[in-house]
Order: sequence, then structure tokens, then C-alpha cells
Amino acid sequence: MSFVRYVLLALIVLGSTFGDVYLAKGMKQIGDISVRRWHDLLFAPLNPWVALGTVLLIMFYLSYLASLSWADLSYIMPATTFGYVLTALCAHFMLGEAIPPARWIGIIMISLGVGFITGGPSLTVTPTPEGIAPHLEVHR
Amino acid sequence: MSHPLGALVTWLLILVLVGLNSAGDMLTAKSMRLVGDFGKLRRKSGVLGIVRAVLSEPWFYLGLLAMTLSFFFLLAVLSLIDLSIVVPASASMTFLLNLLGAKFLLKEHLSRRRWISGLLVMGGIVLLRT
Repeated sequence: MSFVRYVLLALIVLGSTFGDVYLAKGMKQIGDISVRRWHDLLFAPLNPWVALGTVLLIMFYLSYLASLSWADLSYIMPATTFGYVLTALCAHFMLGEAIPPARWIGIIMISLGVGFITGGPSLTVTPTPEGIAPHLEVHR
Repeated sequence: MSHPLGALVTWLLILVLVGLNSAGDMLTAKSMRLVGDFGKLRRKSGVLGIVRAVLSEPWFYLGLLAMTLSFFFLLAVLSLIDLSIVVPASASMTFLLNLLGAKFLLKEHLSRRRWISGLLVMGGIVLLRT
């Protein structure tokens, strides 16, 4: 895999993780949104933290599109879920949310599951007349 | 932080978010599969060629619509539920739904290793609820 593709995967993890963190920070400032005041949501991106979170999520989205153009969804998914632990740490240290031990164990189990997938062969390549097509996965 | 919402409402909101997320992921993956490798496209017709190819793919717009809906829904949910519950819970359930979608809708090959991993992720979700 080329350097650019590793960078794209890193941008997916960082963009989605920090995007969510800053969105949450902004939405905490805005406060509860009731069903009757649903239109408050349309102005939420005017909050600077929500705006920063949105920019990061757009960065995530563009990297995601590029990655999905050459890889399976089931190959890209572990990369996007790699940020769980990062998210928990950010929520804990930046937003001051408490994380009880059981929730930590849950986060670790999810990480293990994700690690197990990425530890195995994530791609089955298939030769084509043009050469190897690495974004295709075939049944063997 | 305590949860002002009932557990049922909390998980219902997260389930809707999961549905929207997964629809967005699967539709986007399908559209990018049809568009093809960005690297090859760029070498053939430049960055504008990539933009043209993506924007002329109908499935891309459906995926974008689902992702936009899930984005605003996420904003609403984040103002009600803690980030450290919403993100791991919705992301891990989306992960499992995407695995099923990848196998049955996108026809990707899923090994036993991937199913075992799915169960580990599921166990993680159960612990997250406590």
C-alpha cells in the first residue's frame, strides 16, 4: 500500500474522531434541542466548535471517498473504528465526561474485535487482464 | 454524567443513527465501487476527472443524502447523550450492520475471522450499556 493510502486512512481516523469531539463540544454549548425547536439544528454550524467539527468531518468524508474507490467497505471499516479509544480519551480529557470501568472494558473489546479483523488478510486480490485489481475481493 | 433520557429512548435514538450511518456507508461504498480507483482516474483525466466521475454517479447522491441526515441527527443526539456512549455504541453497531450489508448487498467476501470479530464487537456493545 502506498504512502498516500496510509495518509488517507490516518485522515479518516483523525477526521472522524476529532470531528465528533468538536461537534459534541459545540452542541454542549448550544444545549438541548427540543422537537419544537428542531430548526435550531440548521444554525448549529454557526457555533465555532461545531464549524471546526464540520470541517474535520468534511476532511474525513473526502478521504473516505478516496479510500472506498480502491478498497472494500469491509476493509475500510476497521480503519474508521480504530478511533474508538481515541474518542473515549478525548471525551474524558477534553470534555470531562466520566467513563466507568465497564465501559472501558467494552471499548477495549470493540478494539480487540477490530484488531482481529485487521490482523487477518483484509484483501483477497484477483488477477484481471490488466493486472491485479486490489479493490476487488473474491470468494475463493 | 448521568442520563436524563430513559434507556429505551437512548437506544432508540442510537438505532436510528445506526440505520442512517449504515445506509450512508453502503450507498457510498457502492457508488465508489462504480466510480473506480481515484488514482487511476487522476492519471487518466486529472482531479477534475475524479470530480466529474463522482458527481455523475447517482448512488453517490443517495449516499450523501443518508450521510447528511445522519450528520444532523448526530448533532441532535449529541446534545442529549454523552459522546462516549453515542460514538462507540453507534459506530460498533454500524460496523456490524455494515458487515452484513457488505456480505449480502455489496457481495464482499467475509471470512470466519470477520464474523468472530463481529461477535467481539457485539460483546463490547453489551458492556457499553452498563
